[in-house]
Amino acid sequence: MDSYSKRKFIISGIFLMVGLLFIVKLFNLQILDTEFKQYATRNVLRKTVQYPSRGLIYDRNHKLLVYNQAAYDLLVTPREVKAFDTLMLCNILKIDIEDLRTGLKKATDYSRYKPSILVNQISSKQYALLQEKLYRFPGFFTQTRTIRDYPYRSAAHLLGGIGEVNSRDLKRDKYYSSGDYIGKGGVEKSYEEVLRGKKGIRFELKDAHNRVKGSYRGGELDTSAIRGRNVTLTIDADLQAYGEKLMQNKKGSIVAIDPSTGEVLCVVSSPAFDPTLLIGRERGKNYSVLLKDTLKPLFNRALMASYPPGSTFKMANALIGLQEKVIDFNTKIPCYGAFFYGNRSLGCHHKNEYGTSLIESVEMSCNTYYCNVFRYILEAPKFGTVKKGYENWIRHLHSMGFGIHLNTDFPRGEELTGLVPSTDYYEKRVFKGMRWRSLWIISLAIGQGELGVTPLQLTNYTAYLANRGHYYIPHVVKAVEGEEQIDERFLKPQQGTIDSAYFEPIIEGMYRVSLPPRGTARMSRIPGIEMCGKTGTAQNQGEDHSVFTAFAPKDKPKIAISVYVENAKWGSTYAAPIASLIMEKYLNDSIMESRKWLEKKMLDADLIHKGVNLLNH
Amino acid sequence: MVLLGWTSIYAAVYNEEHSSILDMSQQYGKQLLWIIAAIVIGFFMLVVDSKFYVAFSYPVYAVTSLLLLAVLFLGTEINGARSWFDLGVVRLQPSEFAKFATALALAKYTSKHNFKVHRLNSLLTMGAILGIPMLLIVLQGDAGSALVYAVFTLVLFREGLSGVVLFFGFLVGLVFILTLLLGTGEVLAIVSIGAFLAYYFLGAGKKIILKPFLYVAGSFAMLLGVDNLFTLGLGWEYALLITSVISGLIIFVLSLKKRWKNVTTIMMVFLGSVMFTYSVNYAFENILQQHQRSRINLLLGKISDPLGVGWHVKQSMTAIGSGGVTGKGFLQGTQTKFKFVPEQSTDFIFCTVGEEWGFIGTTALICLFLFFLIRLVFLAERQRSVFSRVYGYSVACILFFHFAINIGMTIKLAPVIGIPLPFFSYGGSSLWSFTILLFIFLRLDASRLERL
Repeated sequence: MDSYSKRKFIISGIFLMVGLLFIVKLFNLQILDTEFKQYATRNVLRKTVQYPSRGLIYDRNHKLLVYNQAAYDLLVTPREVKAFDTLMLCNILKIDIEDLRTGLKKATDYSRYKPSILVNQISSKQYALLQEKLYRFPGFFTQTRTIRDYPYRSAAHLLGGIGEVNSRDLKRDKYYSSGDYIGKGGVEKSYEEVLRGKKGIRFELKDAHNRVKGSYRGGELDTSAIRGRNVTLTIDADLQAYGEKLMQNKKGSIVAIDPSTGEVLCVVSSPAFDPTLLIGRERGKNYSVLLKDTLKPLFNRALMASYPPGSTFKMANALIGLQEKVIDFNTKIPCYGAFFYGNRSLGCHHKNEYGTSLIESVEMSCNTYYCNVFRYILEAPKFGTVKKGYENWIRHLHSMGFGIHLNTDFPRGEELTGLVPSTDYYEKRVFKGMRWRSLWIISLAIGQGELGVTPLQLTNYTAYLANRGHYYIPHVVKAVEGEEQIDERFLKPQQGTIDSAYFEPIIEGMYRVSLPPRGTARMSRIPGIEMCGKTGTAQNQGEDHSVFTAFAPKDKPKIAISVYVENAKWGSTYAAPIASLIMEKYLNDSIMESRKWLEKKMLDADLIHKGVNLLNH
Repeated sequence: MVLLGWTSIYAAVYNEEHSSILDMSQQYGKQLLWIIAAIVIGFFMLVVDSKFYVAFSYPVYAVTSLLLLAVLFLGTEINGARSWFDLGVVRLQPSEFAKFATALALAKYTSKHNFKVHRLNSLLTMGAILGIPMLLIVLQGDAGSALVYAVFTLVLFREGLSGVVLFFGFLVGLVFILTLLLGTGEVLAIVSIGAFLAYYFLGAGKKIILKPFLYVAGSFAMLLGVDNLFTLGLGWEYALLITSVISGLIIFVLSLKKRWKNVTTIMMVFLGSVMFTYSVNYAFENILQQHQRSRINLLLGKISDPLGVGWHVKQSMTAIGSGGVTGKGFLQGTQTKFKFVPEQSTDFIFCTVGEEWGFIGTTALICLFLFFLIRLVFLAERQRSVFSRVYGYSVACILFFHFAINIGMTIKLAPVIGIPLPFFSYGGSSLWSFTILLFIFLRLDASRLERL
């Protein structure tokens, strides 16, 4: 028998081999492999996110524009659901039994153990009902979310809204996780990082059945949510609402700026819509209705629409002419009712064979005068070629804020650059290798042709005129809670290329526009306020657009404004009266009796619906 | 040795204590009771004269076998296995006690003075001694516990059982795993090629090397051709089966006539493997229960199901893996504490060690076990009676099997078979049975100088 006693070594060897195998495997598992450690953390820790309340938004007079209201989501953990009265739940929530079934199935497909949202944003009334009965529905629970509400129901474009983050947001910023809300458009978007605050995280230990077993490490890793900071806008809520009211039943926009600071006082894009349409459970439905509307209410005309500036552009050419010394204060140019070039002509509704003066050219909006000035500028001998002259002209325009991105605090992508055609543009599309001729682009002289200007840019230009040669970058936020001042760029003036000495005759001309008997905007004169303005007509493929831009008072201006009314033809008909009413409201706080008829006329005007004679003025 | 046993038990107590205090105070209390009882039993075992064990080994075996039989009819069903006697306060699992009884019976039988392991008579008797409790336990629905008896092969190996048996065991296991992994056809091809190589190198000398195989290859090709022509739908697998089995049989008969011993063996192994391959598939699909199939499939990586069958293993590996080098510290385990690991006080107790004491703890535990097991082997070897030696080896091998399978399953090296880790896992029956198992041997060891 002892012959086999050596086999004890084989048996011991087997034992040792197995033990060694275990140790190797454990070494791999416990020391080399990190996957299981991470998995364990995910397994056992539940991160509960503490949502901060979003910052509030106030207007310049500290009136509340945007606040938070509680909304309630109904969540369900399918595993914990027991038989319940489906009909009762449906009645409380006012949903179809089919919707409930599909919702439950979706939740079950997602996970039987994790809660998922069954019904979004239940109203507080339904919530109250539900809360009372919730004990009858095991597996269901509610979660509070904050959504926005708007006491003024205006400035929807400007304020923007909030919505769930999309995959791009998630990729761009690690702060967000699926289901979070983020600013979508307007101030909500551009000041997202200020408004959102900081989410807090609470770590809780859970067991295999997802039951909470207490806080992790006594809560030392927990962070509490920090509420979002409040933002004060430069917007005057009453003025904004008034502007939207005046623009009702019209397409177009109003932008008003305080020239001395660049603060935007109101931005109206019409047709406007009630921002409360885009909150709550009806959001999706309402959004698609707005999206399909042929009048494009979601389109923010004030910042995104590019119109020709029309005659309001003439002051720019006058100033450039003066700066380039191709004209002076005394230059007179005769007008024979049209500007003739070659065998063509550009008509002018004004006629003065004895010569129109600079001031008169603005007051009377003389096309002939500006066609000549434009030629002088481009063909000035000092530039050598028309192309050089044109490039110089562009340089001046850019300094007035035309054709450039103004770098405001509106979200990128919500502010159009407009179009001041570059030399490239003409060489590729128009001249195609031919020699530059100033006459071929003569419509630029009177603000037509290829020029594209947004209402915001036009107002900014008017503020530039009002300031006699500089502007402040327009902005809508006046103050951010916790910050001493707003961004540096809004505080220093953007100096233009034109000497301030050249502005007075131009402004005098604009002043006379509002004066009887000849001023094109004399109907819009506000007694007691010296208003400087300029009417215009933006050529359009359909009925022309009515434009008016103005500032007041003449000295130490407090408001610069431009109004576009689409398809309203003359600037004096709708645009000028609306602009004057806004200015009066802002400067005097109310509309005087003698102008009530004008206000009523504007409010009643309906340029959208049928049965209105557009030319009835 | 006694000290070592005590240490193990103490470690078990210690271990059990912390995982219990939190959410299993009842189990903790019970386990303490079991331990005290175990000590009493151990003491009792030491007091009894060693001759008693020798004399009463068959009766003890008979009684436990009867208990195993009785539990089939009178037992309580827990977790799908009817293997428990519910006595109110205590629940007893006779299959636990059957282990030492079988070990005793086997020791008694092999210690007969004219015992020869390779005699057919003794092989059959030993087969019966092991087979009866195995069969009864399988009938209870506890196939895992029944597998423990396979480890007695190792004991018999020490007693002179040919290494060929172990080799065959290994071969069987290999074919089994390959069949499940690859499918019958592929295994058949591998086995055929293996048989051919064996035949070539070990077989018939140089004379008849290639000719028969040219015939085989030719007939295989022909059969395939015929199959293709007449679209019999045999496919390559059956073509190969038919040709290889027929040629295998021919060579087998030939070799028997000409007395080429090697060739006969090779062909027997070959034909046996072929039959086994097909029976494995049949057994796997038809005899094993669904959960056993899933566990084996999971181990082989054929299915991945982290929330279903794989849950146990995934969670236990997570728990162990999260322990790192030094572990999370005593009572700091999060995975085990919150019941992510199922059965963690019984079969998955090793997870607690892994999570809370880390790699250092697990290595120490494994070393402790290895030391304990090898110590047992050497203790068994120094016995002067065959009875004590066989019994000692049985103790070592049974403990080894539990150790290997239990730890193996928590780290995905063995299928999930619900057997406890000796002295660690919660449970009265298993603790007592291991205590009895061990202390009988200690008693035998203490009196090794006496003549038996």
